[in-house]
Amino acid sequence: MQAAAQIAWPRTEGARVPYQVFLDPAIYEQEQERIFRGPTWSYVALEAEFPRPGDFKATFVGETPIVVTRARDGTVHAFVNRCAHRGALVCREPRGNRLRHTCVYHQWTYDAEGNLVGVPFRTGIDGKGGYPADFDPKQHGLQKLRVATYDGLVFASFSATVEPLAEYLGPTMRQWLDRIFNRPIRVLGYTRQFVHANWKLYAENVRDPYHASLLHLFHATFGLYRSTQGGGVWLDRLGRHSVLHSYRRDAEAETAAYRQAGLRSYQATYTLADPSLLAGRQEFPGLVIQTIFPSLVVQQIQNTLAVRQILPKGVDAFELIFTFFGYEDDDEEMLRIRRKQANLVGPAGLISLEDGHATELVQQAIVRDPAASSLVEMGGRTVEDQENLVTETGIRGFWRYYGALMGFTDVPLEDSHG
Amino acid sequence: MDKYALRCAVEELLAAYAHCLDSDRLEEWPDFFTDPCLYQVLPRENREQGLPIALIYCDSRGMLRDRVVAHRQANIYGPHAYRHLISNLRVCEEPDGTITAQATYTVLRTLLDPVRYGSTEVYSAGEYRDVLVWVEGQLKLREKTVIVDTCRIDSLLVTPL
Repeated sequence: MQAAAQIAWPRTEGARVPYQVFLDPAIYEQEQERIFRGPTWSYVALEAEFPRPGDFKATFVGETPIVVTRARDGTVHAFVNRCAHRGALVCREPRGNRLRHTCVYHQWTYDAEGNLVGVPFRTGIDGKGGYPADFDPKQHGLQKLRVATYDGLVFASFSATVEPLAEYLGPTMRQWLDRIFNRPIRVLGYTRQFVHANWKLYAENVRDPYHASLLHLFHATFGLYRSTQGGGVWLDRLGRHSVLHSYRRDAEAETAAYRQAGLRSYQATYTLADPSLLAGRQEFPGLVIQTIFPSLVVQQIQNTLAVRQILPKGVDAFELIFTFFGYEDDDEEMLRIRRKQANLVGPAGLISLEDGHATELVQQAIVRDPAASSLVEMGGRTVEDQENLVTETGIRGFWRYYGALMGFTDVPLEDSHG
Repeated sequence: MDKYALRCAVEELLAAYAHCLDSDRLEEWPDFFTDPCLYQVLPRENREQGLPIALIYCDSRGMLRDRVVAHRQANIYGPHAYRHLISNLRVCEEPDGTITAQATYTVLRTLLDPVRYGSTEVYSAGEYRDVLVWVEGQLKLREKTVIVDTCRIDSLLVTPL
């Protein structure tokens, strides 16, 4: 058993975060075990990505390569993408359709559920070689993960003890997912971004309504999101998941506060030569950024709908995969709107390109100061729902749960919703 | 038009396009296009699956200008410079007079932030699929689709390809 990572974890409900968590390889290793192979559900796919029997998608839970598949009977399965024989990657394509997965190394073959169904020369040749008589294929399938779906989102877990997915999400998170996943969806495309920063800096970023109108000029200037708007941050009972929701109340009053503060991100004279970018359709009120611990973000910004999968790639890098979607019943015009508004998000997003950069700025600056900590006290020092947008309550919730899951604190998790 | 003269004209246009971006004269970049136009940076994986979402999608010169203004005034990113290498050009003139051009591109990106100052890497590789037309004696891009092989974008994409 690997020794536990050593860290002086402050007893501050997540209001102080030692930079060591973004730098220490021992902590990164421990996260892979206690978080990504621990009692959590990692988002891995949308059901709409692999609708037919035999469809599969290669992805990851933490850094572990896995494959999500649909069997002949339509059921969804996931297995570790590592041959039970000598450890080679079995599935070598990002996606496709097949009901048999054969390892190229020695052609061991598995079905869509990961069961071993074929071993060449198993009984040897001419009575020589081959496996011992007690070789049992049932004992040598691919390592299977638990799989569960909610609203067409597919989650996988290594844990035998994690609560059922619906319970893991909790009623508040389910309600917000139901809002977006209210009818059949259609995948519209992917963008990928490799960011040179620890994955948890992004977990903070998507729980942070404070930065959104200060870093992002498009949000503040065009009123897509402002901290003066109505809205707030809602958490699950453990504070690990969050919903950030904002909506317009009084445009004039919202603007005034920005004008008076003299903020860079509010430019009254900034206009678009072609305003068709923001001429969407009234579909949802406001904006929603929802996070499900540890790896999922669901976004609705104007008419752009996307899920973002956060994949750690070493202590100082993560990959962010945006899967854009619309609804099956979108008309041509709606499709054009979604395609045009995709300009707002992703690695080239007029709003979101800045988020990856902000996390890199932190990673670069903290490099020699693991014992120093960040200050997360916007909106107080507690973890609770807050009906305002100048709060870091969601970030504190993340860290409080993280510290408990990693074994950094013996403080029991208290229900923030009672 | 004479095949070689046309090829020369397209080569000249692509070189001017590359110089414009590589020397940070972004304000001139929209002038390479007609209005309306199509400029899209399309991940290869989306193109292969017939999926419409692009990294950048502009269908007017105004949208191109908005990208430039955002680059200058709105967006936050690290300072960097590009070098475009464009090769394997193929030019074809359609019976209706439109010209299609296909070329391989590579972009080397040099980072100019204080932490990684002066380091260069292969930032993007892919293909240009262009549709060109003559407008008042000048070749203009009516469509430019940048098919990005490097669909895992390193850090971010803010300067056009």
